[in-house]
Amino acid sequence: MKKPAYLLLFPGALFLAVFMVVPIATIILSTFANDGSVSLAGYTSFFTDSYTLGILGTTLKISLISTLICILLGYPTAYYISRTSVSRRGIYLALAIFPLLTSAIVRSFSWMVTLGKTGLINTLLLQLHVIDKPLQILYTETSIIIGMVHLFLPLMIISLIGVMENIDGDLMQAAASLGASRFKAFVKVVLPLSIPGLLVGSTLVLVGSLTAYATPQLLGGKKRVLATLLFQNTMTLNDWKAASIIATIMIAITFLLIGVMNALAKKLNPNG
Amino acid sequence: MKEKHTLLGWITFLVFLFLLGPLVIIIGASFGPDNYLTFPPNGFSLKWYENVFHVEMFWTSFKISMLVALLGIVLSFLLGIPAAYALSRYQFKGKGFFTSFFISPIIIPGIVFGYGLLKYLVITYHIPIFPGVLIGHVVIMIPYVIRVISSSLMNFDYSVEEAAMSLGASRLKTFFVVVLPNIRSGIIAGILLAFLESFNNVDVSVFMTGPGVSTLPISMLNYVEYYFDPTIAAISVLFMLMTAVLIAAIERTLGLRFFTK
Repeated sequence: MKKPAYLLLFPGALFLAVFMVVPIATIILSTFANDGSVSLAGYTSFFTDSYTLGILGTTLKISLISTLICILLGYPTAYYISRTSVSRRGIYLALAIFPLLTSAIVRSFSWMVTLGKTGLINTLLLQLHVIDKPLQILYTETSIIIGMVHLFLPLMIISLIGVMENIDGDLMQAAASLGASRFKAFVKVVLPLSIPGLLVGSTLVLVGSLTAYATPQLLGGKKRVLATLLFQNTMTLNDWKAASIIATIMIAITFLLIGVMNALAKKLNPNG
Repeated sequence: MKEKHTLLGWITFLVFLFLLGPLVIIIGASFGPDNYLTFPPNGFSLKWYENVFHVEMFWTSFKISMLVALLGIVLSFLLGIPAAYALSRYQFKGKGFFTSFFISPIIIPGIVFGYGLLKYLVITYHIPIFPGVLIGHVVIMIPYVIRVISSSLMNFDYSVEEAAMSLGASRLKTFFVVVLPNIRSGIIAGILLAFLESFNNVDVSVFMTGPGVSTLPISMLNYVEYYFDPTIAAISVLFMLMTAVLIAAIERTLGLRFFTK
C-alpha cells in the first residue's frame, strides 16, 4: 500500500521542486558567491548602508504596528462574532471573507479614493472646517499602515473565529456559576484557550505585511519597503545582486518567524 | 446577557465599517462624472464603465488573465488531486513533510517567488513570459487545490472505495466512478478559489511582463501610474461583483466555514 502514495505525490512534488525550490535556492546561494569564493560582502553592504537599513527599519515598524492594530481590533471582533447566533455568525463571516478575497489592488484603490486630496476624509474635514487645506494622508507611512490593516484584519478575524467557536460556552457558564465575574471568566477561560489562534493569526499578519507588495506600492508613494525595493532593484535598476540579498533576507525573516511560532505553539500545547 | 456585549458590538460595527466602507466609497466614486476620483460624486454617469471596455490594455490583459487562470486550474488540478488523494488516503513515511511541502507556496513570500521565477526561468533559461506566468500561477494554486480537496476527502468513506474494488473495478475506475463524484462540490469550490487566487495575483505576475503580455491586475497597476480617473473605480466595482458571485458559489458548494479551519 505504500507505493501508490509516492507515485501520486511525485508529479506535484517534482513540479514544486523544479519551479519553486530550485529558483529560490539558486537565489539564496548566489548571494554568498563572489567571483568563485564564498563571501558575505553583499550582506555587509546591506546592513551598513543607511538607506537600505532605513528601509528595513520602516518595513519592520509598519509590519509590527499593523499586526498590533490587527490584534487589538480583530480579537474583540472575533470574540463578539463567535458569541452571536449561528445565522448572524454566517453573515459576519461572509462580510469578512468578501474583503479577504477581493483583489489587493482594488482594496488599495479604495483607500486611494478615500484618503486622497478629494477623497471622503478630506472632503468631510474641510466641510466641517476642521482643516482649511487638504491633509496629506495618502503616500505616507500612515496610509501604508491603514492599507495593511485593511488587507490583513479579515485574516486575523477569521483565524480567531475558528478557535473561539470551539471554546465551549458551558465552560464560561460554569466559571460564572462558580462566582467568577464575566471579565474574570474571560481572562481565565477564553484568553488561554484562544492564544494558539492568536499566535497563528499574528504570524500570518506579520509575515504577510513584511512581504506585501501591492499595498505599499500604491499607498506608499515614494516611501519604500523591502518588497518595493526588491521590485525597484530588479525592474528599474537591474541590480540583481542587491535584489537577491533582499529576497534572501525576506525568506530568512519569514522562516524565522514561522519557526518561532511553531516552537511557541508546541510549548503552549505539548500534546500536539 | 446581550447588553453586556454593547461595547464589543460597537467595536465590531466600527471594524466592519472600516473593512467595507472604502469599498462602498469606490462604488460611489465609479459613478462620478468628473475626470478625477472624488467622493461623494458630483453627479451620475456610466461613462467610466464604458471606458473600461475601451482601454485596449485592459482587454488584452483580461484575456491573458483568463487564459492563465483556466490553464492554471487544469494543470494545478492534474498535479494536485492525486497528491491530495494520496495525503488523505494513505499512511506513509514523510507524510507530514509532504503535506507541508505542498502547502508551502502559501508561506513563501510571493514577491520573492516571482523574482526567483523571473531570474531562473526568464533570464537564465530564456523561457518566454507566458509559460513563465502560467508556471508561477500553477505553483501558487496548488496549495488551494490540496486544502480544498483534502478537506472534502476527509468526509469520504473509503470503505465504499474498497467495496467497488472488491466487486472488480480497477483502482483508476474506482477513483473516477466512486471517489470523484463524491467530492464534486469540493472540486467546484477548489476551481473557484484557485481562479480567484490566480486572477487577483500581483506578486508573481508583476515580474512577468513583456511586450503584449501582462495580467489584468498588472495593467491596472500600470494604468494608475498615468491616470487616476474613475475608470479605475469602475473596473474595481467589476472585480468586486465577480468576487461576490464567486463567494456565493463557494458558500453553496464548500460552505464558508471552510475558511475558519
